[in-house]
Amino acid sequence: MEDLGLKIFGAILTTIMAFAVGMTYGGIVRKLTARVQNRFGPPFYQNFLDLVKLQSKKTNVAHGFMGHTAPVWIMVASITVLMFIPILNGNLWFPNLSFHGDLIFILYMMVFGSLGMALGAGQTGNPNSAIGVTRGLSMMVGFEIPFVLALVALMVQYHTTSIQDLMQIQHESGTWLIFSNPFAFLAALFASLGMFRYSPFDIVGAPAELASGPMSEFGGKYLGTMMSGGSIFAFIKLTLYVDLFLGGAGNPDHTGIWATLAGIGVLLIKTFTLYMVPVFYGWVSPRYRTEQAIRYFWGWPTALGIIGLIWAVY
Amino acid sequence: MINDKDSQKIVDYIQNFSRKHSLFVMAYGTGCGAIEIPATMTSRYDAERFGIRGAATPRQADVLLITGYLATKTLKRVIRVYEQMQEPKYVIGFGSCTINGGMYYDSYNTINALEQYIPVDVYINGCMPRPESVISGFIKLQELIQQGKADNGKRYRENLEWYRANQKKIIKNWKMPDYNW
Ligand code: SF4
Repeated sequence: MEDLGLKIFGAILTTIMAFAVGMTYGGIVRKLTARVQNRFGPPFYQNFLDLVKLQSKKTNVAHGFMGHTAPVWIMVASITVLMFIPILNGNLWFPNLSFHGDLIFILYMMVFGSLGMALGAGQTGNPNSAIGVTRGLSMMVGFEIPFVLALVALMVQYHTTSIQDLMQIQHESGTWLIFSNPFAFLAALFASLGMFRYSPFDIVGAPAELASGPMSEFGGKYLGTMMSGGSIFAFIKLTLYVDLFLGGAGNPDHTGIWATLAGIGVLLIKTFTLYMVPVFYGWVSPRYRTEQAIRYFWGWPTALGIIGLIWAVY
Repeated sequence: MINDKDSQKIVDYIQNFSRKHSLFVMAYGTGCGAIEIPATMTSRYDAERFGIRGAATPRQADVLLITGYLATKTLKRVIRVYEQMQEPKYVIGFGSCTINGGMYYDSYNTINALEQYIPVDVYINGCMPRPESVISGFIKLQELIQQGKADNGKRYRENLEWYRANQKKIIKNWKMPDYNW
């Protein structure tokens, strides 16, 4: 019973941490973007203010059942995936369910939120939403291919589909997978550009063109829930990348409280560095059209993924 | 304890604080004044440091910014946009044209006083107002929000009949649902 209580506590702690980190990263990016554009910019906690404001809106309009539950789908999908991702290597504090999930399962679950969103946006009946959903799904077809190729390369190379095992391999051999299979890492990195939807791949939201696409009919509490779900999801993607390619964080041999805090610190540094890649790329790029984006992903990133796969086999 | 007055005050304070520092603006560029909006939002005057940010659709917006003269034909769209916004919502009238008609006071196809058709929280005068005055108008709105005096949606709901009568005087072919938010 005590064990169960600890696990629930760990799960709640993980969720809060993912939420806080995701939101703060978003705020820091807004600030940095402003500095790059020679502006002063909002404070780094601006996203929290936005969230409180959205949640304290007095009226909210929903368009039917799916529209009403779409933000919940995003939230549920985010937290579910979060539970299956090992945050720290071999940690006793928040192991969650990371021993049971594997990469293939996570690949499936990561699409779940977008799918709920697509259904919800479809029900609002806004033409902008419909176009946004079409674009989002086409882009997903684009970036999923290099991403899956990269993951398959890892699975083939080490004969395992468990993230935990891959982290353990990196810990034991002392080299990160970014060095043992650089091509897979590059392919996954290119795919992450599409996943984070910064420029040039912000074709789904496209505020000036599609009026924020799938979100256009969601205001107030719906938008707030989506925002928090999205923040958690950003943290998930970053942690997954760090776990797979950058050696993860934390040390299974030391699980004291200081070692845990140090592990979290390392995780934050690694995830933030990784997060800067799509952000930097976004600062210097205008927006692609949908077919250009897909062609981009099916070009070099896919080629790199295939090279990575060949590298893994031989 | 949850419902006693002091804790309600604290909640109100936090809510008003975040409302005031996070204004999503639906800039309805009706008149020539719209040209000042990009200047206000971009590097030189940087409205984002006050938490003022553009919203793409009325559902997400808090502030409706009417920038200048309103043609009678546009009024219909403005009303629809206004009614789609979620409470609490605020309206800023921008430029002399929204106050008394400005230099279009005797035009046959613009309305004169915006206040007759939708409630307005803050007016910014000038033809056209510079970004500094736009930002000072926003700060005035922030003060009103913090004091809890910006009750635009409530005023509209309570005086709906009066506003509707005025609106229908201008819009002859009223083919909208009577209350659609
Ligand atoms: S107030 Fe002046 S600048 Fe603004 S819309 Fe009217 S005429 Fe144009």
